Amino acid sequence: MLGMNKKDTSLMIVVAILALGAPILLNPFPVDSAMAQFNAGYPDLMQRFAIFGIFAIGFNILFGLTGYLSFGHAAFLGVGSYSVVWMYKLLDYNVIWGLPLAVATAGVFALLIGYVSLRRSGIYFSILTLAFAQMSFNLAYSVLTPITNGETGLQVYTEDPQVLLGATEANSPHLFGLVMNQSSKLTMGGWEFTFNNGYYFCAVVLMVMFYLAIRIFRSPFGMMLRAIKSNNTRMAYTGLNPRPYALAAFVISGMYAGLAGGLMAAMDPLAGAERMQWTASGEVVLMTILGGTGTLIGPVLGAGFIKYFENIFSKINDNILHGWFSFLPDGLEDFVVFIIHPFIGKGWHLTLGILFMLVVIFLPGGLVEGGQRLKKLVSKKDDNSNTAKTEPAE
Amino acid sequence: MGILEVKDVGKRFGGLQALSEVNLSVKENTVHAIIGPNGAGKSTLLNCLVGKLIPDTGSVMFDGQSVLGRKPYEINQMGISRVFQTPEIFGELTVMENMLIPCFAKRDGSFRMHAIESMMNEKDVVEKAEAMLVDMNMADKKDMHSASMSRGDKRRLEIGMCLAQEPRLLLLDEPTAGMARADTNNTIDLLKQISDERDITIAIIEHDMHVVFSLADRITVLAQGTPLVEDDPENIRGNPKVREAYLGETA
Amino acid sequence: MDAIILQILNGLDKGSAYALIALGLTLIFGTLGVVNFAHGALFMIGAFCAVTLSKILTISFETIDPTQKDFLGNPLVVKTPYVEAWFGPEFGASLIDWAVPLSILFSIPIMIAIGFIMERGLIKHFYKREHADQILVTFGLAIVLQEVVKYFFGANPIPTGAPDALTGAFDFGTLLGFDPNTVIYPYWRLVYFFFAAAVIGGVFAFLQFTTFGMVVRAGMADRETVGLLGINIDRRFTIMFGIAAAVAGLAGVMYAPINSPNYHMGMDFLVLSFVVVVVGGMGSLPGAVAAGFLLGVLESFASMNEVKSILPGIDQIIIYLVAIIILLTRPRGLMGRKGVMEE
Repeated sequence: MLGMNKKDTSLMIVVAILALGAPILLNPFPVDSAMAQFNAGYPDLMQRFAIFGIFAIGFNILFGLTGYLSFGHAAFLGVGSYSVVWMYKLLDYNVIWGLPLAVATAGVFALLIGYVSLRRSGIYFSILTLAFAQMSFNLAYSVLTPITNGETGLQVYTEDPQVLLGATEANSPHLFGLVMNQSSKLTMGGWEFTFNNGYYFCAVVLMVMFYLAIRIFRSPFGMMLRAIKSNNTRMAYTGLNPRPYALAAFVISGMYAGLAGGLMAAMDPLAGAERMQWTASGEVVLMTILGGTGTLIGPVLGAGFIKYFENIFSKINDNILHGWFSFLPDGLEDFVVFIIHPFIGKGWHLTLGILFMLVVIFLPGGLVEGGQRLKKLVSKKDDNSNTAKTEPAE
Repeated sequence: MGILEVKDVGKRFGGLQALSEVNLSVKENTVHAIIGPNGAGKSTLLNCLVGKLIPDTGSVMFDGQSVLGRKPYEINQMGISRVFQTPEIFGELTVMENMLIPCFAKRDGSFRMHAIESMMNEKDVVEKAEAMLVDMNMADKKDMHSASMSRGDKRRLEIGMCLAQEPRLLLLDEPTAGMARADTNNTIDLLKQISDERDITIAIIEHDMHVVFSLADRITVLAQGTPLVEDDPENIRGNPKVREAYLGETA
Repeated sequence: MDAIILQILNGLDKGSAYALIALGLTLIFGTLGVVNFAHGALFMIGAFCAVTLSKILTISFETIDPTQKDFLGNPLVVKTPYVEAWFGPEFGASLIDWAVPLSILFSIPIMIAIGFIMERGLIKHFYKREHADQILVTFGLAIVLQEVVKYFFGANPIPTGAPDALTGAFDFGTLLGFDPNTVIYPYWRLVYFFFAAAVIGGVFAFLQFTTFGMVVRAGMADRETVGLLGINIDRRFTIMFGIAAAVAGLAGVMYAPINSPNYHMGMDFLVLSFVVVVVGGMGSLPGAVAAGFLLGVLESFASMNEVKSILPGIDQIIIYLVAIIILLTRPRGLMGRKGVMEE
């Protein structure tokens, strides 16, 4: 279907179902139950799943396929956000103007930064991208204040021109009148589901970007990128100059990041320099690795995983823990809560760091590899019970 | 006039004169072997031919054009393919994907995006790759992870990848180094078949006399960075100078 | 002229910190071939060693002094640090006062131990893995270390003072014959610079004049050959890791009075230190030191008002700009060796 093989088509369908059904799937617990705090089906969080999913898919096209580890992708994220907010300020709140501009400006930035950075490889490349991103961040914070509004962050003011703004037009981001922060609620028994316009907009964009990523992975171009990662020497002795291919991958992934940054501003009409800081670049690296580098679905999983736990883990506090472990004898209960305490709430980053280390050490393929191993384990058990007499496979 | 003309090439590393006054002419559609004891400058010479090193003096002409100062991929585009001592293949890709890359890459090296269409829809490229795998007797290994193959198979794949580009000159650097006897003989047979069936010139740097005398039409003996003698295999065998410099040493 | 000298001096303390961290990074990279993203965290831990020691020294007991009243009219609660009770008020007070320099002794064994544990427990398993994997796992470790510190010490910076005798500034200009009050320089920064110079000198002397150092240097140049000589390189490299950790830690200890330690100071310094290492040349110890001072001084020049008025914002980007220019014109950095980290 749509030029994909069977496996990719089913993957695409799974992603589509997950993306479109998320408001229901992520809200499995009734509103009044004690578990309701684990519901992730609220617009703000779901938007972040989709946006960071797009960011990570794009990053993976560079890192997963070519092996070039960029520590500067947050710069493109920021550029995307600024572009969208500027279009709000100059034209109106319709995101249709800003998003293409976000992709384009991020692409131009990526072309410039990539062209210079790709003259080196390995750690030098990582440091160069880091240097460029930090430079952009510092500039956005200081001298470029007329464009970025410095520390305050860029936002829309009433005195802004907004030349296209109609009299009846919504005063917040929208797509041809479809207002992003509007939702409709559906109550069924004890459950409540929120269907948010903004989320569905992000989800559709995510599906399109995921589909594009599948096509890129399966294209001759994708194969060239994997060839760069695998063996640069053979690449050169096959008459191919790896640089334009790597640069194209860099620009594509920069455009994905720009789109993600644009969507952030489409959900919330703000843009700040901190979005460009290198820790934000680090985050997308974590997502991609945690999910599974070089796999299609991995980055999306990693983004969802990190954003979910960031929001949910950080909400758990000692009272909740006491509630969970109240079945234990008092002394033991306090002890267990004491042990878990550093890892929850504000300590969530500690959990993330440990988890990330464990993944790099034991599961280099990330969550996807973990899933595959589990599957193998299960199917092996089946094999043993059902087909014990079959010949060993050649 | 040979297809590859090396004239007065010299190369010095610090105090070591690695090559001096190397003259060499490889005739079209022959198998030319370059032999010599360790440290004779074989690898240095080869690196000068493919753009990894630039000689201090002299010239290297391929088909009337100088190769000096060009990057490896540019030299490849001129029609020179190289087989490495340790097979250089795309280890993380399958055998078929390995073969698709040189089939897809145009000789002119032009950058082609093709980011959206599926590889499998490029019918002529896929057919060419499949045919090449059949020629290399590897069709059954098509979907294998190439890093997990035996050394002999990796070599076979690498040679196939080079041939897929239809080069005019194939350079081989000790193609049987580190191989078991059976693999070595297979490789010799493969190279013989290639030189018989295809319109191709082969230059081979080799240590193993068995390989050299089974394949070569013409042999250059290199000693201490300079050619000692260039002649037919029969004459080389009987040449006392060569015996002294090289064969005597191994006997 | 005086302005220039002032900027050079101002750049020296930051440059010293860069140089010390970059020196440790280079030692680890040169010997073990590992890119250690957790090195900034070691610097941060060093600073918190100073915080910890001054906290330990000021642990107090409370006595009620009925002769004095506090502002509510209740008897005054007087806190007396144990050290003052044990060693007498004067010596005790000076111990507390000198907590930061004393932390040097306190931190060395701790940092070496942390270095050993890190190397044996984690880094060892990553020698054969790709540089990207090394970066990632040490990046994870850095997050863990800084979160642990945040858990125990909180997120706010903790002011940690230099000894009273070394606070304040002196008029450096008058020494050189300039007008008074043109070149004012705080004592502690001077102390930091000389301390850094001493540590750097110590490390170089150690590598230059001891057999151990000779083997390590040989190993940095050509690991395989030295391994073939039957010398156990790995054990020596573990020790080098401990030394590198100690150097970073010491840089942090003494930096505490200059900049109140906070849990993310390591990351802030790490990014710049990596830039320093790359500018100096991967694997070159003198390069790391020279680049550290060079970039520190350049940064301070760029923050001069005269420069900023011509090139606004230059102070924010100078280091990165220099790094980019150097990497593009001299791929191996200022003093990098051939074949290090090149494909």
